[in-house]
Amino acid sequence: MEILWCSVVGILFGISIYLMLERHLLRVVFGLILLSNSVNLSLFICGRLTRANPPLIPSNMNIPLSNSANSLPQALVLTAIVISFGFILFTLSIAYRFYKANQTADIYRVQEATQEEEKS
Amino acid sequence: MALIFPILLPFFVGLTAIIYKRSNFILYTISIISALLNLIFITYILHKVVYSGPQVVFIGDWPAPFGISLVADRLSALMMFVIGFISLTLLPYFKVDLGQKKSHRLYYVLIHFLMAASYGVILTGDLFNLYVWLEVILVSSVGLMSLEGGKQNIQGSLKYLILNIISTLVILLAVAFLYGNTGTLNMADLHTKVSLLPVSTSLIIAGLFLFGFAIKAALFPVNSWLPASYPTLPSAIVAFFAMLQTKVVIYIFLRVYTLIFVLDSLGLQPLLFLLAGFTMVMGVLGATSRESIKEILSFHIISQIGYMIMGLTIYTPLAIAGAILFMFHNMIVKTNLFLIGGILERKYGTDSLLKLGNGYRVLPWLSILFIISAFSLAGFPPLSGFWGKFVLVKESFRTENVLIAVISLIVSIFTLYSMTKIWAGAFLKSSENKRVYKLSQMERLEYYLPVGILAFIAISVCIAMEPLIILLTKTAQDLLNPQAYVRAVMGGA
Repeated sequence: MEILWCSVVGILFGISIYLMLERHLLRVVFGLILLSNSVNLSLFICGRLTRANPPLIPSNMNIPLSNSANSLPQALVLTAIVISFGFILFTLSIAYRFYKANQTADIYRVQEATQEEEKS
Repeated sequence: MALIFPILLPFFVGLTAIIYKRSNFILYTISIISALLNLIFITYILHKVVYSGPQVVFIGDWPAPFGISLVADRLSALMMFVIGFISLTLLPYFKVDLGQKKSHRLYYVLIHFLMAASYGVILTGDLFNLYVWLEVILVSSVGLMSLEGGKQNIQGSLKYLILNIISTLVILLAVAFLYGNTGTLNMADLHTKVSLLPVSTSLIIAGLFLFGFAIKAALFPVNSWLPASYPTLPSAIVAFFAMLQTKVVIYIFLRVYTLIFVLDSLGLQPLLFLLAGFTMVMGVLGATSRESIKEILSFHIISQIGYMIMGLTIYTPLAIAGAILFMFHNMIVKTNLFLIGGILERKYGTDSLLKLGNGYRVLPWLSILFIISAFSLAGFPPLSGFWGKFVLVKESFRTENVLIAVISLIVSIFTLYSMTKIWAGAFLKSSENKRVYKLSQMERLEYYLPVGILAFIAISVCIAMEPLIILLTKTAQDLLNPQAYVRAVMGGA
């Protein structure tokens, strides 16, 4: 089970790095979204995937059952998802301002334009 | 309990600045009072730490490996003290430099959030919590960078944002691997558990952390965000960033590579020497090729990060003490140079060396303050920069790392060269440039007070140098033998 998910994470990483090397800004942002998702997924897998009891304490006991799932990675993943969601929104808004200011989201074209500005 | 206040106080000031919009005067008063109170709290923490060992607070009273703990040892208390002191002295400059901006209230909000997050990074004893604070630093920094909203600002903050999101995601990945391998995220607990891992595993994780932190600290191959974003910012903000942003990451370097990973058992040292050397050389070469004050100083930030990494990499108590001393010196002097550049920019409307001039004739006092800071940055005795460099070079010769010592000395000469370039361009040369803005009496006081205080510290610190170096050597010994830290967090076990 873990090996399957590890290869899924690996493929996601590959796609995200490919996207981040693109020259269009929106694709870079898509790459970031994929990267954050694959990191979250690997954080989840690091808590081990097992068929276990839910980590709840039965009403007549003081500690959870011995064979219960690890709940900490889920808490970490939830925090990380919320943070990365906020970040993607922030990046998108800055990318939009970048597009507005330069009339294009192609990074090379913006670079050429600034170099020409500096020459003149 | 005192450990929570340095995080909470700036946070509440930030919230007040959002909610209470009626009077600017009250905002300034609140921020000055809170900075003073914070400095008192930090001094109290420093006193406790020096006399009775590391202080710990368990959030929600969950014991150590389960809950989040806040820990202050000598290094974190000293670091907070320097940050608290400089941000207190910067407040009048913030008022006068950001006061005329349209969104100056938002600047105050984000500055205080950034401060709270930096104290959080310094105090936290939990790796995931560290990641969360790093994200708070990142979002408030990008906020500060893009508030101006000009074309250059947006471009710089976009570069900063994308590179730093990658870096925090890689840090999170490393945190995930560390959790998967050890089952804990508490730094003191990790100290014992990481040493049980196979070297290859901990090398991979340490390498991932190195990549993530290297982007944030602007080490050599991944430093392009810094010169792209810093020169476009308002002077007060860039001075604040120069004190805070990269230096907090150096603090994390010192913490992670002594407490969690023991650097000399990993074999990462040659790589780190290489990175440190290239960072120094590339930074200073970038600085010599630029023609505006802020750009030169931004490249110098990169160059001096190299010295701090060099001190960490030599990994003897005295070398780490030298790195910490150099970091504190840099926070004071680099901030001061940016402040002086900001005064020139306000008066003449530009910071380009081609257009400035006449500084020595028109502003003799400012030029004396500049020469103190510039010589201190280049490392002239008895100014503050000399001591850190002296300790670093001495230790690297003693441990037979001759090449890095020679590189660092050559880089110092180039540092001096680019400082004289600013001196010649902005102060000695005569020019046609007219003053565009006349400062009132009050504004002049608010501009010059922080500059004067910081320059005074750069000179007078040489009097207290011996006790300071002894204290820092003790700090470094605490870092290299963290038994007291681990015992304070984990209890008797």
